[in-house]
Amino acid sequence: MAVATVIEEQKDKLDKTALITGSEAIAVACQLADVDVITAYPIRPYDTVMQYVCKLVANGEMDCEYIVAEGEHSQFEIVKHASACGARVFCGSSGVGWMYAMEALTVTPALRIPMIAMVGNRALDDPGAFGVEHNDALAVRDLGWQLVWVDNAQEALDTALIAYRVAEDRRIFLPLAISCDGAFLTHSQALVKIPSQEKVNEFLPQYNRGDLLLHPDNPITVAPQGNEDWVMEIRRQNYAAMERSPGVIREAYADFERIFGRSYGNPFFEEYMTDDADIVLMGMGTLSISVKVAIREMRKQGKRVGFVRMRWFRPFAAEELSKSLQRFAAVGVIDRDYSFGSPYAGGVLAGEVRHALYPGPGKKPPVVGFICGLGGREVTVPDVQKMAEAVYNAADGKKQPLTQWIGLRE
Amino acid sequence: MGRLFAIEIIYRGIFQKTMAGRLSRAIVLAAHHEGKVGISFGRYGDSPERNGIPAKGFAIVATDEQTLQEGMAKYEPKEVDVTICVDDTLCKGVESWAWYGLQPVNRLLKPGGTLIVTSREGPEAIIAMAHRKDTPYQLSILKGTVSFSGLWVYKDDHTDVRILGAVAKILPELFSLKSVQRAIVDEWHDELKATSAAKAYDRTTSITVTPDQGNPEVPYKFDLPKWHEMGEGIAIPSIPAGHKMDDPKSHAEGGFQPDRNPTFLKFSTRTMRPVVNFDTCIKCTLCWLQCPDSCFDVTPEGLYDANMKACCGCGVCEAVCPVKECVTMVNETEFKGNDSQWEDWRKDKDGYKVWLEEKIKHPPERSHGFRYRGQYEEQIPEMLEIAQEK
Ligand code: SF4
Ligand code: SF4
Repeated sequence: MAVATVIEEQKDKLDKTALITGSEAIAVACQLADVDVITAYPIRPYDTVMQYVCKLVANGEMDCEYIVAEGEHSQFEIVKHASACGARVFCGSSGVGWMYAMEALTVTPALRIPMIAMVGNRALDDPGAFGVEHNDALAVRDLGWQLVWVDNAQEALDTALIAYRVAEDRRIFLPLAISCDGAFLTHSQALVKIPSQEKVNEFLPQYNRGDLLLHPDNPITVAPQGNEDWVMEIRRQNYAAMERSPGVIREAYADFERIFGRSYGNPFFEEYMTDDADIVLMGMGTLSISVKVAIREMRKQGKRVGFVRMRWFRPFAAEELSKSLQRFAAVGVIDRDYSFGSPYAGGVLAGEVRHALYPGPGKKPPVVGFICGLGGREVTVPDVQKMAEAVYNAADGKKQPLTQWIGLRE
Repeated sequence: MGRLFAIEIIYRGIFQKTMAGRLSRAIVLAAHHEGKVGISFGRYGDSPERNGIPAKGFAIVATDEQTLQEGMAKYEPKEVDVTICVDDTLCKGVESWAWYGLQPVNRLLKPGGTLIVTSREGPEAIIAMAHRKDTPYQLSILKGTVSFSGLWVYKDDHTDVRILGAVAKILPELFSLKSVQRAIVDEWHDELKATSAAKAYDRTTSITVTPDQGNPEVPYKFDLPKWHEMGEGIAIPSIPAGHKMDDPKSHAEGGFQPDRNPTFLKFSTRTMRPVVNFDTCIKCTLCWLQCPDSCFDVTPEGLYDANMKACCGCGVCEAVCPVKECVTMVNETEFKGNDSQWEDWRKDKDGYKVWLEEKIKHPPERSHGFRYRGQYEEQIPEMLEIAQEK
C-alpha cells in the first residue's frame, strides 16, 4: 500500500489497517479482486475511485487494463463487452454521468453481464449540484441491476468483494451497483481493515463465463434482434436470476464471515436497537450515522426508537423485512430521493416498504414517509428527532400527512 | 354480432410496402363509404422490413365498432375472406424474417375464400406453387407484370386500383365498385385510376382449387422453446463454419460448403435465382466473394455452386460475373425444387446444358424487380397490353 497510509500491522500479519476513503476502499477491493478491465470517465464524486485505481496502476501495484473512455456511455459499453469476453470488470459513475450511460446500463442485465459498478450517489442536474441523492442509482431499480447501499468505508471494501462473488456466480450473472453517498462516504477517510490476498483468493473464485464466453473457440452471437416470440421468455429468465440472488447473497455473506472473521448479520438490512423498539426509522446510506446518534439521545429520554438500514435494495428482502417491521407500532422511512407523482407523493423507499407490507399476513404498521437530506443537505440530529415524533404520532393514530419534508426552509 | 371482414395482403418487404399500405387503406376507406368501420395495419413482427422478405398487411372491416374490436383483439387474424398476394413467387410460401417458419400462401383463407394473385402465369403454375389446403378455395389471377418499386419511389402502374376493383367483384358485401371508385378518387384524385378499377372489376373471374390440388409438401416449421429451455444471456450458438464437399460422381472430397442457418431458409425470399453455366466458368471467384449471403459452395474442382437454401435472389452474382451468360438470373416461378445445380451438372452434363439453355434462352419474362435504368419505361406498353388481356 504505497498510497494508503498503513498505520498498523494487525496480529494476523497479512491484514493491514489503512486510513482511506470509501472510494479508496473500493479501489483496494478492485486490486484484491484482481480486476482485469476498468473504465473511467471523470465525474464527482465517483472520480475519487478512478483516481485511486489509476495511482495503483501507475505505481505498479495493480495490473489491469485501465481505459479512460470518451463518456459514460462508452465507459459502460467497454466493460460490458470485456465482461462478455471473460474479463472481471469494474466501472462506475455519478448523477447525470450514470444517466448518460443509461442505454448501456439497460442492456447489461439482459445479456447477463456481471459488471460491478460504483455509484457515487449525486443529485441529478438541474441544478448542477455535487451533493448526495439516491435517484441516480435508483433509476435502474427495475432493470435487473442488483443494488446495494453501504454506509462506511469498511463496508464498501467488504461489499465490493461480496459483489464480485455474487454477480459472477453462474446462477446470477447480473450486474451490481454499490452505492456510496457522495462526499460523506466517497470523500471522508476512515480506518479500514484490508484483508490479505490469500483470504480474498479463498473467498473469490475466478470469473468463469462458461458457455456464454465470447471467444473464437466458443463462437456465439450475443444480443441478436428478437421479436414478441422471444422477449417475454428472456425477461422471465432475468426474473429467475434475480429470484436466485438472495440465496447467493446469503451464501456469500456466510463465507465472508467464515474466511474474514467479520460478520454483517442479516445481509439485507441492518437493525439497530430494534429489540425493544416501539417505533423504527428506516433509510439507506450514510444518514445512518446521525440517526443512530439521535436514537441514543432519544433513548435517554425514554423513547424506544430503533433503526433499520436497508443495504440491499435489489433484490429487496420483502418477506423478511415485513416480518421484522410488524413488530413495531409504526415505521418512518427516510428517503434521500424523490419520486414525483408517486403514491402519497412519497419517496422511492417508502413506496417499496409499503408494498412489502401490503400482502401480509399479520399487522400492517402505519408507514410515514420523509423526504430529507436532498442534494447533500445534512440530516441533523434534530431532524431525526422530528421524524421520530411524527412516527410516534402515526403510532397513536393522529392524523398527519403521509409524506413530510424534513429540513426544508418553510 | 355484426359481420367481420378480414383481408390479408402478402407482399415483398420494401419493394411492395407502399402498395400494400395503399391497398389496406383504400379497402377500409371504400368500406367506410358503405357505413362500415375498419382498421388498416401491417404485421408489426415484419417490421422493420427487409428487401424482398415476405411481409403482411391487413385490412379489418366490420359492420359495427364492437364487431371490429373482435377483429382487432389479435395481431394477425385467424382467418381471412380474401388473401391478396401481390407477387406470384410468394405462392411458394411465406417466410417472414420474424421466424415463423414457412407459411402456405393460402393458410389463413376461410373455406371458400379467395386468393388474388398478380401474375403473368396461368392458374396451373400458381396452383402448383401453392401448398395444398384442406378446404377448397377460389383463385383469381390479376393478369399483369408484378409491380415492384422502392421504399421512397412508387411505381403508379394501377396495380393497386385493379386489385381494389377485383376485391369489389369478389366480395360485394364488403364494398361495391361505386364505393371503391369514390375512395380511389378521394384518396388519389385520379379519375383514370377509377376507370382501371372498373376494368379490372369487369374482367375478374375465379376458379375453384380443390384439396387435392397444389404442392403436397408439408411446409417446414419449428416449435419455440420454453423460457427455461432457452440459453441465457441472449446468446445463441453460432452456425458451425462448414465442411468439405463431396462429388456425387467421383466421390472426391474437397472445396468448402459453409453450414447455414437451419431455421431461416431463404426459399421464399427470392423472386429470381441464378443459374450457373459450369462449362464456361473461369473460376474467377467474383460471385463467391461478392454474394452478400455467402451462398456459393466451393466444389472440389473449384467451381461455384449457388446454394438455394441461402440465396435471396439479389442478382449480384450475375452482375459481377465477367463471362457472358455464365450466371443468369431467372424468374423463380420457373423452378420446382432447390437442388444443387452443380450436382445435376456432375451427374449429366449434356442434360444440364439442355436444361440451362432452356432456362436462359427461352426464359419466362423475368417480371420482378429493377435491373437497369429505364426498365420501367420500357415495360409500360407491355404492361398495359397484359393488363388488358381478358
Ligand atoms: S442472387 Fe447470387 S449474389 Fe444474390 S444471394 Fe443469390 S447467389 Fe448470392
Ligand atoms: S463470377 Fe462467373 S466466372 Fe467467376 S467464378 Fe463465378 S460463375 Fe465462375
